[in-house]
Amino acid sequence: MGRLTAWVDRRFPFSALVRTSMTEYYAPKNFNFWYFFGSLALFVFAAQIISGILLLAHYQPSAKAAFNSVQTIMYDVKWGWLVRYIHTTGASLFFIVIYLHMLRGYLYGSFKRPRELLWLVGVALYVCLMGEAYFGYVLPFGNMSYWGGEVITSIIAAIPYLGDWLASVLRGSFGVGTPTLTRFVAFHAVLLPALLAVLILTHLLALHEVGSNNPDGVEIREHLDARGRPVDGIPFHPYYTVKDMFGVGVFLVVFCAIVFYAPTFHGLFIETYNFSPANPLKTPPDVTPAWYLAPYYAMLRAVPNKAVGIGILFAAIIAPFLLPWLDYSPVKSSRYRPVYRWMVIAFALTLLALGWIGMQPATPALLLPARIFLALYFLFFLSLPLVSRLEPTRPVPQRISAS
Amino acid sequence: MIARLSVLFLALAVVAAHAAAQTTPLLSPPAAFDRATIRRGAQWFAQYCLSCHSVKWIRYDRLTRDLGFSKDAVRQELMFPGGAHFAQGMVPTLSARDAAAWFGVAPPDLTLEARLRGGAWIYTYLRSFYFDPTRPSGWNNHLFPDAAMPNVLAPISGIRDAKGRLIQRGRLTPRQVNQVIGAITVWLEYTSDPSKLERERLGPYVIGFALLLSVVAYLMKRAYWREVS
Repeated sequence: MGRLTAWVDRRFPFSALVRTSMTEYYAPKNFNFWYFFGSLALFVFAAQIISGILLLAHYQPSAKAAFNSVQTIMYDVKWGWLVRYIHTTGASLFFIVIYLHMLRGYLYGSFKRPRELLWLVGVALYVCLMGEAYFGYVLPFGNMSYWGGEVITSIIAAIPYLGDWLASVLRGSFGVGTPTLTRFVAFHAVLLPALLAVLILTHLLALHEVGSNNPDGVEIREHLDARGRPVDGIPFHPYYTVKDMFGVGVFLVVFCAIVFYAPTFHGLFIETYNFSPANPLKTPPDVTPAWYLAPYYAMLRAVPNKAVGIGILFAAIIAPFLLPWLDYSPVKSSRYRPVYRWMVIAFALTLLALGWIGMQPATPALLLPARIFLALYFLFFLSLPLVSRLEPTRPVPQRISAS
Repeated sequence: MIARLSVLFLALAVVAAHAAAQTTPLLSPPAAFDRATIRRGAQWFAQYCLSCHSVKWIRYDRLTRDLGFSKDAVRQELMFPGGAHFAQGMVPTLSARDAAAWFGVAPPDLTLEARLRGGAWIYTYLRSFYFDPTRPSGWNNHLFPDAAMPNVLAPISGIRDAKGRLIQRGRLTPRQVNQVIGAITVWLEYTSDPSKLERERLGPYVIGFALLLSVVAYLMKRAYWREVS
């Protein structure tokens, strides 16, 4: 073992990598509940890759065969149902984990200097994940897949100037059909997973360069002991590897409970109308997107003009990228920012409300609430420069407070 | 802020509940999801439904594995339509083209019907037929007005008019008929996701393992963290 490691180390920085990223990477010792979701996201990503490869062994990307090949997986392939339910449940839980991971960033100001680039890569990961989920959603070619494919590509077609060209590149044809499925499989199984993998690695590299933030938002690297180690830091391995293992265990309990007892999750994780094959002549009663994209759909529907709606959608996705430069407060954590703390809570509730509205049929009664919540969404970002300057903050401790 | 938000949420919930109200209330089937009920449902389905409706994703041979039918029982009790093959899907001999000509639309495949509409819908639908001389088939349905399907269960359920009055008695009592329809419903719930039997058998072991893993990981975490001040 020792000789092999030495042999490798002369040719590849194996031991150095283990040291800098695990055994001598110092993380703050006061991580709480919110700090489980980074490693859980990595865990779900791995589960999606493995189950995805297995599904791809039986899936056929053509308008005629796609739906049937998915049923073959469900009925005839040994353990096929398990692999597919893992993949569909994993997709939804990926978003739950990522949303909680991002909320953590908002709560403790993890986007602030010096972590701006870490945050940018993270938001880029989220945008890629939305694309990954959308392309995957169309592949089984049930009726919701088909109409979801039609609706989203027609939204893209409404982008001024470039829209028609972009939509035809995506569809590969005038409508959604076999050419769409063949390229969506390329995006879903090659392009975006590769992009996600590279961005995850970048995200981790950036994290290890600047070090983790923590619930108090104080920099542990500002207080070093005689050997140059952060006084309030502990080595990531073994302390956080064992802690994250516990997180994975609890997560698996939830994950397996859904896979084994409620795989469709009442039509939220696998939609009811997707159990009938794609039918261009029969629109489902309500075409609404998967729950994790529903807030954006609510924003789009809140605006009567298509081009303006797309502009707002675009702005809503761009806004989180700007967060490090909208918030001027020198205090990171919402623990010491009484106003900002309630803003984040209201922001999370706003997104929940928009998500709920986005999943309802389009009725005039919901138009006004949708517009109010849309305004609240942007108000969060627009009021930040002012709030962060005027807000009376509480004194931040020099070092991590005892928990 | 929070108070105003919660008022809004409440208003939204009321709107949603209003939109969800339906005209014909759905009844839940008086049958449990177990192998015995599914087997009975399969037998009734083969007698009354399989002449026109396929459940093409269910191969006959899986019924011996999933439900404990013997191979002979499957051949004699379920494979009535001539030309059926033991290793292939449950498909009627009636061609889709003939069926479309006779009924106006081809009877749909029912494998996934329970997932699409729900068991309560199927159960209520099969109980909602009434005699209607204005329809070509002589039948109409409260839940699905102007359905093309006739009441194939009339010999056992009897014939009722639009107000629910019995015009002609059937072979079984109303209670027995509801049980038959319940069993057919449970059978279709099985066909829509046969993994349910296996899932619910394995579930406790898998979740038990995950729980055990969590407990071990927690104890390990506590042991390691004892030295962290």
